[in-house]
Amino acid sequence: MAYHLDFSGVTEYGAVLAKGVGLTVTLIAAGGGLGIAVGIFGAWARGYSRVTWLARAVGAYVELVRNTPFLVQLFFIFFGLPSAGVKLTELEAALIAVTVNLGAYATEIIRAGVEAVPRGQREAGASLAMTPFQVFRHVVLRPALQKIWPALTSQLVIVMFGSAVCSQIAVEELTYAANFIQSRNFRAFEMYFVATAIYFVLALLLRQGMRAIGAWLVFGARR
Amino acid sequence: MPLITIEGLRKRFGPNEVLKGVDIAVEAGEVIAIIGRSGSGKSTLLRCVNGLETCEEGRITVGGSHVGGEGTDLRGLRLKVGMIFQQFNLFPHLTAGRNVMLAPMIVKGVAEGEARATAEKMLARVGLAEKFDAHPDKLSGGQQQRVAIARALAMQPQALLCDEITSALDPELVNEVLAVVKSLAADGMTLLMVTHEMRFAREVCDRVIFMHQGRVHEVGPPEEVFAKPRTPELRQFLGALEP
Amino acid sequence: MIEFSLWDIVRNLLLAARWTVALSAAAFVLGGLVGGAVLFARVSRSRALRAGTVAYIELFQGTPLLMQLFLAFFGLSLAGIETSPWAAASLALTLWTSAFLAEIWRGCVEAVPRGQWEASASLAMDFMQQMRHVVLPQAMRIAIAPTVGFSVQVVKGTALASIIGFVEVSKASTVITNATFRPFTVYAVTALIYFALCWPLSAWSRRLERKLGAAHHH
Repeated sequence: MAYHLDFSGVTEYGAVLAKGVGLTVTLIAAGGGLGIAVGIFGAWARGYSRVTWLARAVGAYVELVRNTPFLVQLFFIFFGLPSAGVKLTELEAALIAVTVNLGAYATEIIRAGVEAVPRGQREAGASLAMTPFQVFRHVVLRPALQKIWPALTSQLVIVMFGSAVCSQIAVEELTYAANFIQSRNFRAFEMYFVATAIYFVLALLLRQGMRAIGAWLVFGARR
Repeated sequence: MPLITIEGLRKRFGPNEVLKGVDIAVEAGEVIAIIGRSGSGKSTLLRCVNGLETCEEGRITVGGSHVGGEGTDLRGLRLKVGMIFQQFNLFPHLTAGRNVMLAPMIVKGVAEGEARATAEKMLARVGLAEKFDAHPDKLSGGQQQRVAIARALAMQPQALLCDEITSALDPELVNEVLAVVKSLAADGMTLLMVTHEMRFAREVCDRVIFMHQGRVHEVGPPEEVFAKPRTPELRQFLGALEP
Repeated sequence: MIEFSLWDIVRNLLLAARWTVALSAAAFVLGGLVGGAVLFARVSRSRALRAGTVAYIELFQGTPLLMQLFLAFFGLSLAGIETSPWAAASLALTLWTSAFLAEIWRGCVEAVPRGQWEASASLAMDFMQQMRHVVLPQAMRIAIAPTVGFSVQVVKGTALASIIGFVEVSKASTVITNATFRPFTVYAVTALIYFALCWPLSAWSRRLERKLGAAHHH
């Protein structure tokens, strides 16, 4: 059986693809930033603060998110929450889902970094009359982030790949674009092939981006 | 006919030439101590002899098996010369007895019963007969090193290479290992030992080789080398060792 | 309008969950077998084979699983092979699993201390003997915890198979939601079912990590 691959959809629907890429990037940029913020809070709550109930609550959150698929989390947030009175747009739901998902993994990753900071550092900070929060912010957090930055980067890539699933609630990101185009030109394999290649490149760019952000915010001597 | 000959050995790590032409001949039954600063090439020399390091130039012959020059017979070489490591390197998933039995069985095809008998004998030789079924992590450092010696002996080598075998041991455990080595020397085993234990070298060794910057700097019997150092480098090295 | 009880929902989801378990088990076992082959190719003497394996691993680790599922589904039919969602999902998940397990296991082999290689080499063992008697036994011990840990990812991965039409618990949850108009309950129960499948595996993996940890155990 002779078949020939037809990639013309890429040029024909270039705008759709571009919009899809834009939205994927937006999702991971915003969700990534928020997720890391959640992770820092979670790491503090679980690995540093002495507030037991908070640590336990964060622990439960982490276990729940890490042991359920992102798809189900997304559907619960978008379809399930409205019956509890919380109505969200597709994009809001996707953003929240990405943040919640990344936040759980980031909590554990950053917590490992926090726990790897030598005890002596904290003791030195305390001896200088710094409050626990000040010690966390100025003495512990940066070394912790430095240590786990590569692991955090990898998790962001994983979450970006997971965001493909947001197409299922009609968020017009890259996978949605591929779905849309192939339903028009019936070139499913070609369109998904292109989308896959784009994801591959996006992952490389994301790693570069994280390296750059790391160099700027996390590594390097503080002025 | 020397048991071990090292001819024109040269070795570099990247841009760094660690061995700059070493010639040594070791007769059967000789006990040789190799001393020198860190970086002088002592361990590298030893590791070239059993082929753990490759050398750019030069030839090593042990009882007829060559490395370098024409024909490299790594397996033959390793059957003739065993090695004891600073970090013991016992196999943690096997008991002491099994550690000793493994190589004879799988490399030399010895039957299990015979291997077991040999292992028991070797462990008794090093004073650990009762530890046959013990796992390495239940043994002290000195005991582990003695098991390592038994493991090497079980292959019936013609010579043993000892790479700072007491350097990783707590001081009180050093003597039990040295005692075993002393008895091996008394039984006529050929030994090439990189060591910092000068007192031991003085007592047991036939010759001392002082290495400096990748070359054999001074060679001689211990009385000469330790009491009458000829070069300023050796004098400085020995002086630095004074307690 | 028909009223659906909570039990109706739970029962139907549990029935569908059998397929989640089936797909997870198939992908994990087959993926393990393929992963073993990939591992051997990864460390082989042939440079071409090594390079090809690295490319394979980069491909499956560097692209979304959902895309792999789509490509398997549409690619198989393009090649003229009859595809069912089960076949495509099994294929994609198996290959995906094999890439990750091969890398995990390679890491475990590399975690065995160099001294073990040197000691066994000094005892005149050849490469296969070293692997079989000294290195692999230690590597396998190290590998149990992360392998069990990865099984959790496989179970979660099966959720994506619903998107190409395979009826497991995620697919069932959308169908049941549409029938019952109770998305909160349905998705909550679905999440709990996944949790019940995954959390024991996660906890076991953590326990194994504590017990067996690195090369030096006990």
